Amino acid sequence: MKTHRWNPYLVGALIGVLSILTFALADKPIGISTGIAQAAGACALPVLGADGVTANTYWAKKAVPAWDYGSLFVLGSFFGALVSSLMSGSFKLESVPSLWRERFGPSVGKRLFAAFIGGVVIIFGARLADGCTSGHGISGSLQLAVSSWTFFIAMFISGIVTAFLLFRSTSKS
Amino acid sequence: MHTPLAFITGSSLLWAGLLFGFIFGVLLHRGGVTDFNVIVKQFLFRDFTVLKVMFTAIVVGGVGLFILHGQELSNWHIKPATMLAVVLGAVLFGIGMVIYGYCPGTGIAAIATGKLDALVGFLGMLVGAAAYALCYDWIAANILPVADLGKKRLPELTTLPEWAWYAGLVVLAAVVFALVARFEKSRSQPS
Repeated sequence: MKTHRWNPYLVGALIGVLSILTFALADKPIGISTGIAQAAGACALPVLGADGVTANTYWAKKAVPAWDYGSLFVLGSFFGALVSSLMSGSFKLESVPSLWRERFGPSVGKRLFAAFIGGVVIIFGARLADGCTSGHGISGSLQLAVSSWTFFIAMFISGIVTAFLLFRSTSKS
Repeated sequence: MHTPLAFITGSSLLWAGLLFGFIFGVLLHRGGVTDFNVIVKQFLFRDFTVLKVMFTAIVVGGVGLFILHGQELSNWHIKPATMLAVVLGAVLFGIGMVIYGYCPGTGIAAIATGKLDALVGFLGMLVGAAAYALCYDWIAANILPVADLGKKRLPELTTLPEWAWYAGLVVLAAVVFALVARFEKSRSQPS
């Protein structure tokens, strides 16, 4: 099961090198969550109409729904993981991860409902903080940004508390 | 400021985004962080993959940027330290990351490895991002200005030189990795 995985320190170092390249060659940091906000704007187009979306300050200024460097980076990361998982033979359809199953049972509906709620909460947090594990956690932290180290530490504390409240009773393996 | 090496501009930026994103997606998958168990177990201190990947990326990228910036080959891209918003956002993010089991980037990559819960969570992210956009005017008026320190970097808070901060970062990483290695060893050989 672990066969597709590389040494985590090597992967981290390569992400660091990738980050250096994006800064030096394209003058861009690595980031994901703005691209998702752009996608949300694109999905809101049929609901709110083009005027409705451009009337929104956030979609007009901060996350314009269009194909640009940031949104294509998100699309690229999808295809990168797809090619990597197909080539390594680790692609596998799955709805309920084993740790979740051990704690909350095999119900697919329950897991998907929680994943949906978790998705709503995580991206709202990412937009409020103006970055996620990529934009703040990696790109911001490596620039020694005050905002990013604050995010990194507060996010880890919050995650630890939540994880212990929800999953403490699972087996230690 | 335009930097000498930043030759990727205009429409070639679109291809660069796709290419860099592709590499990022490969690395997230190969790092093992597209797995719900790996992410949640980090917060339970049972698996340190997330910390190893992130901290190594920070140290390697950080020292690289320190050198680049010293040669005026890169610009800083600092997000504003709107402290109330950053702390509230980070707390929500930590809760969401454990319930979703992925972060935004690893969630996207996990969809590509066949994880249907990651896909449904992505739909949640679209809804959450839309909710944020609709609340943005109120948040910009009431939350973002509270304790806003601006686009500050840690070296600006002290009189320590830039290199000392990066040297400290390398030492901190070495200490953290050594502690993690010791902890992992003690767990694999229960006394």
